[in-house]
Amino acid sequence: MLSVSGLTKVFDQQPVFSGLDLTVTRNRFAVLIGPSGCGKSTFFDVLTGVTPADAGQLSWQGEEVCHLGELAAYMHQKDLLLPWFSLLENSLLPARTGGGDLCQARSRALQLFSRLGLAGYEQHLPHQVSGGMRQRCALVRTLMFNRDLILLDEPLSALDAITRKSLQSLLLLLQNEFDRTLVMITHDVDEALLLADDLYLLSVKPMGVREKIVLHGDKPRRFDDPELLAMKDTILQKLQGDIDHVSR
Amino acid sequence: MSRANFLALGILFLLLGLWEAACRIMEIPLYILPPPSAIVRTAVLRAPLILPHALTTALEIICGIGLALAVAIPLAMGMFAYPWLEKALSPFLVASQAIPVFALAPLLVVWLGYGIAGKVLMAAIIIFFPITVSLLEGFKGCDREFRVLFRLMGAGFWQTMRLLYWPWALPHFFAGLRVGVTVATIGAVIGEWVGAQKGLGYLMIQANARLKVDLVFAVILWLSLMGLLLWFGVGWLEKKCICWKNNQ
Repeated sequence: MLSVSGLTKVFDQQPVFSGLDLTVTRNRFAVLIGPSGCGKSTFFDVLTGVTPADAGQLSWQGEEVCHLGELAAYMHQKDLLLPWFSLLENSLLPARTGGGDLCQARSRALQLFSRLGLAGYEQHLPHQVSGGMRQRCALVRTLMFNRDLILLDEPLSALDAITRKSLQSLLLLLQNEFDRTLVMITHDVDEALLLADDLYLLSVKPMGVREKIVLHGDKPRRFDDPELLAMKDTILQKLQGDIDHVSR
Repeated sequence: MSRANFLALGILFLLLGLWEAACRIMEIPLYILPPPSAIVRTAVLRAPLILPHALTTALEIICGIGLALAVAIPLAMGMFAYPWLEKALSPFLVASQAIPVFALAPLLVVWLGYGIAGKVLMAAIIIFFPITVSLLEGFKGCDREFRVLFRLMGAGFWQTMRLLYWPWALPHFFAGLRVGVTVATIGAVIGEWVGAQKGLGYLMIQANARLKVDLVFAVILWLSLMGLLLWFGVGWLEKKCICWKNNQ
C-alpha cells in the first residue's frame, strides 16, 4: 500500500499542495485527475524525490521512505527513448544501470517485445518506428524496472486517439497480467474513467484530494455506458466549479 | 550538384578569373601579386619542397588537437560534475582567450625552444576553448526528463555520463571541434613564424624574405587545403559517431 500523509510543497511562498493525504491500495489502478497546472507533476516530482517535500510522510508497504525514487518505475508523457540506442537497448537500460543480469534481462525484454507487439523491431532506432510503438517500448522499459509500483505521468497524452486506445488496453494488461500497482496522473476524464479502480478528484490551489471515487465494473469499460457518462458529467462539473472558484 | 555548391563554385571561379585577368592586363610583377595560375603551378611543381614542411605543420596541428582534447574533455566533464569548479575556472578560461596568441608565441619559443613543442602548445591553446565550452554546453543541454529518468533508474554519475550525457553532447562537441581544427593552423603557423626550423610558417617567412611571393601564396593554398581536409575529416567522423542523428 502506498500512503501519503500531510505532504506539503511550497514554491515562492505559494503552497502547491499542503497537507495532502492519499492512500493507494496494492494492485489497484489509482488515477489522479485534476485540471492542467494544478500541481500533479510537482506531486510526482516529490514522490520520486526529484524535488524534496517541505513536510509530510511517505510510506510503501508499511515502511516509511523519503521518496519512491528507487521503489517505483516511472513512465512519462514523452517516451524518453534515447535516439542513439535501438528499441531493445532502450528497454535494457534499467537492467544496465541497475546492475542486473543482462542475459536474463535481454530474454525478458524479448518476451515483453513479443507480448506488446514489438517483435521484429528490436534493432530499430526510435525514429524509425511510430509514436505508438515508441510508447510501447517505453512501457517495456517501465516493466523492466521490475518494481511493484508504477507511476504514470500522463503517459498517453501525446498520442493520437487510435494509438491511445491500444495503449490503454496495454496499461490494463500491465495491472492484471504483471500484478502491479499503478498511479497515473491525467487531465483526461474519459481516460480516467476507462482505466481507474480508484479515482482521486483533485482540487486546485493548493492541490488536494477533493474526493475519492471507487469505480466498479469490469474493465475494459465502454464509453457509451450511461453510468460512466453520468459520472463524467459530474466530474467535469466539479472540476469546472473548482477552476471557476479559483479564477474568481 | 546542389544549387548552393554550384553558387559557391561560381563565385570562386569568378573571383579567380577577375584576379587572373587583373594580373595579366595590368602586368603586375610576380613578386607583387602572382596570378592564380602561377600560384597553382608553384604549389604543384614545388610540392617536393613544400611537402616535408606541410608534414611538420600537420604533425603540430594533430598533436595540438590531441593535447587540446586531453585537456578540454576532462575539464568540461569536471566543470559539469562540479558547478563550483566551473564558477572558479570560467574567469581563467575567458582570460586565456583574451590574451593574443601573438603575445604568447615568443615566450613559448623562449621556454620550449625551436622544436614542435611550442607550436603544439600554441595550437592547443587556440583549440581547447571552443571544445571545452561547446562540450560543457552539450552536457548542460540534456533534457531534464532524461536526467530524471536516469536518476530513477538508479544510474550513477559515470553511467549517466557514458549512456546519456556524452551521446547527447556529441553534436555540440563536434561543432566545437570543427571550429577548433579550422583555427588550429593559425596557432601552428604563428608559432613557426616566431621561431622554427621547419614547417609551412617557416617556409612562408623564408619565401617572403626572398620575394618569392608565388611560393608564399602556394604555401597559403596548402594551408587552406589542410584546413579543409581537417574540416571534412571532422565532418566525416561526426557522421560516423552520430549516425542516429543524420537519419532523423
